[in-house]
Amino acid sequence: MIATTAMEVNAEARRILAVSISKLYASRSQRGGLRLHRSLLLSLVMRSARDIYHSSREIEMPSAVQPTPEPMETSSSSPAGEQIVPEPQPELQTSEEPESGDEGCEEGDITEDKENMSPTKQSRKRRGKAAAAPDFLPIKRARLEPGEERHAAPHCRGAESLSALSLNLNRAIAAF
Amino acid sequence: MAGAGGGNSDVQWCFSQVKGAIDDDVAEADIISTVEFNHSGELLATGDKGGRVVIFQQEPESKNQPQCRGEYNVYSTFQSHEPEFDYLKSLEIEEKINKIRWLPQKNAAQFLLSTNDKTIKLWKISERDKRPEGYNLKEEDGRYRDLNTVTTLRVPVFRPMDLMVEASPRRVFSNAHTYHINSISVNSDCETYLSADDLRINLWNLEINDRSFNIVDIKPTNMEELTEVITAAEFHPNQCNTFVYSSSKGTIRLCDMRASALCDQHAKQFEEPEDPNNRSFFSEIISSISDVKFSHSGRYMMTRDYLSVKIWDLNMESRPVETYQVHEYLRSKLCSLYENDCIFDKFECCWNGNDSVVMTGSYNNFFRMFDRGYRQDVTLEASRENSKPRSVLKPRKVSTGGKRKKDEISVDSLDFNKKILHTAWHPLDNIIAVATTNNLYIFQEKLN
Repeated sequence: MIATTAMEVNAEARRILAVSISKLYASRSQRGGLRLHRSLLLSLVMRSARDIYHSSREIEMPSAVQPTPEPMETSSSSPAGEQIVPEPQPELQTSEEPESGDEGCEEGDITEDKENMSPTKQSRKRRGKAAAAPDFLPIKRARLEPGEERHAAPHCRGAESLSALSLNLNRAIAAF
Repeated sequence: MAGAGGGNSDVQWCFSQVKGAIDDDVAEADIISTVEFNHSGELLATGDKGGRVVIFQQEPESKNQPQCRGEYNVYSTFQSHEPEFDYLKSLEIEEKINKIRWLPQKNAAQFLLSTNDKTIKLWKISERDKRPEGYNLKEEDGRYRDLNTVTTLRVPVFRPMDLMVEASPRRVFSNAHTYHINSISVNSDCETYLSADDLRINLWNLEINDRSFNIVDIKPTNMEELTEVITAAEFHPNQCNTFVYSSSKGTIRLCDMRASALCDQHAKQFEEPEDPNNRSFFSEIISSISDVKFSHSGRYMMTRDYLSVKIWDLNMESRPVETYQVHEYLRSKLCSLYENDCIFDKFECCWNGNDSVVMTGSYNNFFRMFDRGYRQDVTLEASRENSKPRSVLKPRKVSTGGKRKKDEISVDSLDFNKKILHTAWHPLDNIIAVATTNNLYIFQEKLN
C-alpha cells in the first residue's frame, strides 16, 4: 500500500519535472528574454519534485538506500567515461558499490562529468538551465554524437539527470 | 445578496460601457496590460501589449440624465513604447506597458508615468483649443512673403479651434534596470518616484532622467543562492519616507528611507506562517505575492497571492488582519493550472475610495468584491451577454460541492483563458474599470 502510493508520487513527481523542463525550454524563446521570477518558481517546483522523487524511490527500494543524491550522481558519472548517460538501472548498481569519500570530491566529479559530456552539450556559450535538460525530455535530438550511446529507457536516466539538472539550474540562474 | 460596495450592502452594479473589439480573435497587441484612474477619476488610462496608451475622459454629468454618471470616451491615444533590441544580450525588449501611474495634477496639463520592462517615460498630456490666427507674414500657400511687401504690423489673435489633445514625452528614464521592471510608484512628495525590478528598487527624481539612486538590492553575490525576487513595490500614500515591497516568498517588507541610503534592512517584515496542511509542490508559487496596494488612509495594505487577498495592518507584522479567499476551489486543481501556465498569472487588486471594499479578478471573466465592513463578498462577471445599458449585474456562483444548483457554474466549466488581471476603482465614486483580455468594461453603481 505504501509502495503503491510512493509509486504514484514518484510518477507524479516525474511528470511535473517533465512539464517543468519543457516550460523552461519554451521560456528561452519567448519575447523579452528569460523572466527571472518565472524561472525561479519553475526551479523551486523542480526541486520539490526532485526531492519527492528521490524520497519516494528510497521508499520503493529500501535495500538501495542512498542518503543523498550526490553520491549516486558522482559514482554513476565516474565510471561513465565517454558515456554521457549511464547504463539502465544505475541506482541499483551504484548502491551496491561502496561509497567513500565521494561526497568530498563531489565538486570535482561534477566537473569531470561536464568534461566528459559531448562537445555539443558542453558548449562554451552559456545556454541557460535547459542545456542540461535534454536527457530527461522525451523529445530527442535526431543525431548521435560520437561515443554517445542511446538508451531506450529515459525514465531510468531520470535520477542522475535530476540531480545534475537542479545543480545546473542554479548555475543557469547565475548566468542569467 | 445584491452586491458589495461603498460600505453599503445594497449597492448594485450596472453595466455602463465596454471598450474594445468585439470579435473573439484577439490580436496580441490589443491585450490590456494595465488600467489606472487618475487622482480625480476624470481620466482612465489603459496600457496594452502593443505599447499603446489609451486615455478615456469622463463626460460631465448631464442634467438630462441625473441617474447616470458621465460616460468615458476616448481622450487621447499614443504609442508610449516601441519594441527594442538589446544587442549586448541578444534580447528583445517587449513594448508591453507594465504599469501606468498618474501624477497629481498641478496645472492644466496631465502627467503620467508609463513603463515597459526596461524604460520609464513621463508623458505630458495637454489640451489645445485655441490657435493664433491673423499672421500677415505668409502667403496663402505658406510661402513667406517678401518682407518689403509687408506694410502693416498685424498682431495675431487667438481663435477657438477643435479640441486637440497632445501627448508628448517629457522625460525618458532608461538604462537603470538589469531585470524586468514590475512596478512604479509616485511618491507623495510629487518630486520622486520609485521603479522596481526583480532584484532592485531605484529612486528617481521626476526632473532628472540620467541618474537614479538604488535603494533596495536583494541580488545575492552568488546568483545560485537566489531564493526570492521582488514582485511589487509602492510608496506610502502620505509618508514620503516609507515604501513597501513584496516578494515571491510571500513576505512584504516596509522600509524607511530615513534610516539609511540603502534600505536593504527592512523596518518591518510582514509574513504569515504557512499552513502545513496546504503544503504541495506548488506552495511556493501560490504564496508569491502578485500585487501590493496601500489603502487610501495609509493604515492598511492589501496583498494578492494566487488564491487569496490579505489585508495587513501596518502595526502588526505577524499575520494579516483579514484574509479573503478569491477562488479556493482552485486549490485542488493546482497541477492542471501549472500545466496550462495559469498558476503564473499575476492578479492585481484595488481598494475603493473609502477603503471599505476591495476588488480583484479571477477566471471566466469573473471578478470579486469583498466588503470589509459587512463581511460580504460577491462574484460578478464581465461579459458581452450582460452588456445592455444599465442592466444590473447578477451575482455569479461557482459550485464547489457535488450537486450543482441552477445558475451555478462548475469548476470544470470555467474558461481559464478568460482572466481578469487588472481592475481599477474610481477614487471617489462607485465606478469600476475591469479589463478582460482585450476589452475594458466600465460598471457603475445603480442610482435610483
